Amino acid sequence: MTLREVKEILDAEVIAGHDRLDLEVTEAGSADLMSDVLVFCKAGSLLLTGLTNPQVIYTADVLDIAAVIMVRGKRPFPETIRLAEELQIPILTTKYILFETVGRLYTKGIVSCIQKVDETSDIS
Amino acid sequence: MTSHEALTYENSFPVEGGTFKNAGRISTRVKALLKEMKLPKEIIRRVAVITYEAEINICSYAERGRIVLRVTPKFVTIEAIDEGQGIADIELAMKEGYSTATEKIRSMGFGAGMGLSNMRNFSDTFRIISEIDKGTRLKMLIHIDWNRGSI
Repeated sequence: MTLREVKEILDAEVIAGHDRLDLEVTEAGSADLMSDVLVFCKAGSLLLTGLTNPQVIYTADVLDIAAVIMVRGKRPFPETIRLAEELQIPILTTKYILFETVGRLYTKGIVSCIQKVDETSDIS
Repeated sequence: MTSHEALTYENSFPVEGGTFKNAGRISTRVKALLKEMKLPKEIIRRVAVITYEAEINICSYAERGRIVLRVTPKFVTIEAIDEGQGIADIELAMKEGYSTATEKIRSMGFGAGMGLSNMRNFSDTFRIISEIDKGTRLKMLIHIDWNRGSI
């Protein structure tokens, strides 16, 4: 589905990347620890998180993550938004909690970027 | 192969320790550089993750440090050299889940105890030397396979 459809499903607000809503996404991962994201998140995935600092965007850039969805109504710091615009990584924010966000996307066909952590040996 | 033979690059990037203000900036630059060099996508991703983990470590635990990137036609090396507290027990520090991270580091989303093992897993060779109260030196090497995952 497109990022625009993700936005509709999550009743989300686009914080950065208004011009990139036609991006196609099929997979997602979620974590509040970027250390964990670095282990399992695949290129092209959505990242669902409650963290809002610039390191979320740096992490997304390093891993070629398609877009960041901030959950629980979290709003990014201004420096996070500036960085997202510079690195062209869309940020959406939704008021749904993480579990609800995951559930809504999953039932609409978004799948996990990996199912179990022992599959990380081939993440590229 | 001939078109890649001239490719060599070396640069040392200073990293500010003890703050997360710019943590990630070097990795983003390194990634952009490798993209310009047209390295295979898989290599870029591995180097980027390693550089990022190393950068986060310096920002978390050291007073200052630097990341030295070298690119040759056959391999990429990433060296992370810091002046900091050092690691008392390297074997323990390498264990997944072991961490000495402070609350401040965790609140930034790091300190899960995955950094060193992730760097080892993403590299072809991994070397670590550390001295208490002096610092830590990491060296990672990644072989470039030009036939795989080229962009």
